[in-house]
Amino acid sequence: MKLELRDITKRFGPLVANDHISLTVEPGEIHCLLGENGAGKSTLMNVLYGLYTADEGEVLLDGEVQHFRGPGDAMAAGIGMVHQHFMLIPVFTVAENVMLGNEPTHGAGRLDIDAARAKVREIADRFGFHVDPDAVVEDLPVGVQQRIEIIKALSRDAKVLIFDEPTAVLTPQETDELMAIMRQLKASGAAIVFITHKLREVREVADRITVIRRGAVVGEATPDMSDAELAAMMVGRQVELTVRKDEPRHTDALLEVSDLEVTDARGAVLVDKVSFTVRGGEVLVVAGVQGNGQTELAEALLGLQANVSGSIRLDGTEIVGRSVRDILNLGVGFVPEDRNVDGLVGDFTVAENLMLDRLSGPPFVTGGMIRLGTRDDFAAKAVEEFDVRTQGIHEPVSRLSGGNQQKVVLARELSRDLRLLVACQPTRGVDVGSIEFIHKRIVETRDAGVPVVVVSTELDEAVGLGDRILVMYRGRVVGIVPSTTPRDVLGLMMAGVPAEEAAA
Amino acid sequence: MSDTHTPSPVPPGDRERVTVEPAPSSADSGPEPRRAAAEENQWREVFQRIVTGGWAISLGAVVLAILAGSVLIAFTDEAVQRAAGYFFSRPGDTFSAIGSAVGSAYAALFRGAVWDFTADDFGGAIRPLTATLTRATPLIAAGLGVALTFRTGLFNIGGRGQMLVAAAAAGWVGFTWSMPWPLHMLVALAAGMLAGALWAGIAGALKAFTGAHEVISTIMLNYVAFYLLSYLLATPGLLQAPGSSNPKTRPTLASAQMPKLFEGYNVHLGLVLVLLAVAFTWWLLERSKMGFEYRAVGINPHAARVAGIDVRRVTVSVMLVAGALLGLAGATQVQGTVVTGFSSDIDAGIGFDAITVALLGRSRPLGVLGAALLFGAFKAGGSVMQASEGVPIEIVVVVQSLIVLFIAAPPIVRAVFRIPEPGRRRAARAERKAVAA
Repeated sequence: MKLELRDITKRFGPLVANDHISLTVEPGEIHCLLGENGAGKSTLMNVLYGLYTADEGEVLLDGEVQHFRGPGDAMAAGIGMVHQHFMLIPVFTVAENVMLGNEPTHGAGRLDIDAARAKVREIADRFGFHVDPDAVVEDLPVGVQQRIEIIKALSRDAKVLIFDEPTAVLTPQETDELMAIMRQLKASGAAIVFITHKLREVREVADRITVIRRGAVVGEATPDMSDAELAAMMVGRQVELTVRKDEPRHTDALLEVSDLEVTDARGAVLVDKVSFTVRGGEVLVVAGVQGNGQTELAEALLGLQANVSGSIRLDGTEIVGRSVRDILNLGVGFVPEDRNVDGLVGDFTVAENLMLDRLSGPPFVTGGMIRLGTRDDFAAKAVEEFDVRTQGIHEPVSRLSGGNQQKVVLARELSRDLRLLVACQPTRGVDVGSIEFIHKRIVETRDAGVPVVVVSTELDEAVGLGDRILVMYRGRVVGIVPSTTPRDVLGLMMAGVPAEEAAA
Repeated sequence: MSDTHTPSPVPPGDRERVTVEPAPSSADSGPEPRRAAAEENQWREVFQRIVTGGWAISLGAVVLAILAGSVLIAFTDEAVQRAAGYFFSRPGDTFSAIGSAVGSAYAALFRGAVWDFTADDFGGAIRPLTATLTRATPLIAAGLGVALTFRTGLFNIGGRGQMLVAAAAAGWVGFTWSMPWPLHMLVALAAGMLAGALWAGIAGALKAFTGAHEVISTIMLNYVAFYLLSYLLATPGLLQAPGSSNPKTRPTLASAQMPKLFEGYNVHLGLVLVLLAVAFTWWLLERSKMGFEYRAVGINPHAARVAGIDVRRVTVSVMLVAGALLGLAGATQVQGTVVTGFSSDIDAGIGFDAITVALLGRSRPLGVLGAALLFGAFKAGGSVMQASEGVPIEIVVVVQSLIVLFIAAPPIVRAVFRIPEPGRRRAARAERKAVAA
């Protein structure tokens, strides 16, 4: 089925989210929609899926104008969507999830679960998915859950498939498997729209690429273009994709972690006897596939984990067992992995968020009172220095874009006298322009002689930012290697293969 | 779409194929707590939206509730019922009956709550207003106490229990100790506030250290307080007045009373105290470090914890302060409004009305003041409306309840009054979400 979007325009108040966007996707083609966060990709797809009504323009399938009043209409017309956040019911089985919303019955409302099972098996066999129709969804890995979403779309005979940022939650290997599935779907004649902002994925599977910036199409790209060219189209200017940094100049500052063990409330070991040191003036990147204990390790450094044994010494001072506030006051800067959950108070203003962890005393608090003048002066300076794009320091931080929110977190943490910086996924969900800036500031902190620990699941960030890389797997240290280590070796280490074997 | 789970947008450079085993089971559970935390934050957002949303919704809710109240007045009015019996022959009669029923009911409400235009002199005309102020006094303090917990993300349903123990403590000090005025009054007040604080503090501590939900623990503590007080009132030598078999206390000694502000009117010093409490609560929330921590925990306890704020300590401390405010409400009852001895109904439903007041006032101190005055007016005017127009006083309660209902379901109010989007910031956020690709 051929999909055509003609001059789609969608406005939200004064904001033009989609400005006369036209797009054609042929059957048997993977068409990539590339753009930064906030460029208008999801809005366009929501128009296509019937969730929004376009202010102007039309959607055509095989040349016929469509009028979708909701996702139901879109599905009936043969459009299927694989959402970034899965729309599955965790306690239902695969078959139950697949039939949900379109339940086959024996008549009189009795569910025909066997028909649903057969459907799942038939589709799974056709594409070699290996999915048990009776498995309960919550027991399945994320990558398999995504396949159920795909099966669900295919079970309604979708001929046009939309993948909205499908790789955001996947491990590198699951990503590769998804790419293979997309190619299979393409071979079977489906028209595929693939929304992403990851250049590598685009170049790997796309037949055609449409780049969107600020709600408008800025042009078509081809998969043989370089990352720098694609990034420049996406952002609208030349972007520095590599981190520029000099050789480390070590100082006496020292973070020593030995035999650190973190367990959760049920006693499961999350961080298993981890030992390492970081010297002032160097960046140690803690790398690994998401969920191998890196987050818990970083949280332990700030005293956020409850069950910790072993030792963490900052310039000789033991910090295990101290309160978060004590550790912050010692001079530990912390950029949490998820700024919306752990880093910012959404409804607070930019100024309030900038002093969130500075409540212990002067200059922001004296005699139990907040010094509004000091707060606002500081905020004005920080906004200026960190180039936070905001309408003012009294704007709620939730209104800022991801990149600017992250700059607020960074500004707060880097404005103190630091003796250690711990940054988790510092560039996750941040636009390309801000990534450059954030990396620069982290390198500056390192050059000022502060030990820096960066937790990253992005191999490129690990290699670019780190002086040394500590790879974790299932809570253990697989090895600590220089950042010049070849990527395939690092990749094997992330799968738990020791450094010596991986290099062999 | 949120940015939450989106990794770095650009993997720069030529990255080679990374071969990684499927993540171990612990790896899959990794992002789950995050998502749970994000979802929990969404619930908090809904809660915060309901308890602190826009003024337009509050105003719209009051107007809608009063309109609904008009319908009820019309239905219950005998003249309207008679006229409706021959509606199809003379429909005009029905409408004019409705008009006069509703008009005179609300006029009576106004006359009972603000300005008595039938009175002979100024002193008489102003009397309803002072009655409203007297009724509003405990509501203001109690509303502040509940609002404070709302702002911290806690739902304090225990206003009744906190008021009862406060009334018991303040009352006991007030009629058994003997001290000169104003010392006696202040000591009794302090005893009441302390008792309220400790009673609420129990729920706070249970929440902080065992995770017991404050809604359940405060409701249970209401029962405990009520039956404890009933026992004390029925036991000679404790709170029961000597030589009486009624479950009622002795009168509060004059030295412990909050004096009347004006000769001949019921409004007493408690009003001044609760107005000071309004100013204090505003300062606490908007200017103090403690209030900053309260608000941060209320909106996002995860971020507060990472920023070094001790969430447990905040939970206990906000319950102590809120309990003290409800204690103030209880103390003004026994030291100012009902000084002739009290029984176990001394809370007069104020502990629950406080929840409504806090909701209507958007959990902001000045909003609470306004909402409490409105509810005080309903209470003062309702009895006059019943006495002079025969309108059942229950209609006032129905109107109050409808106000809460409309506030809890803002889309209804927005649809009726075409209020654009629920507050600027949320509109902006929705837009941002919408365009995020």
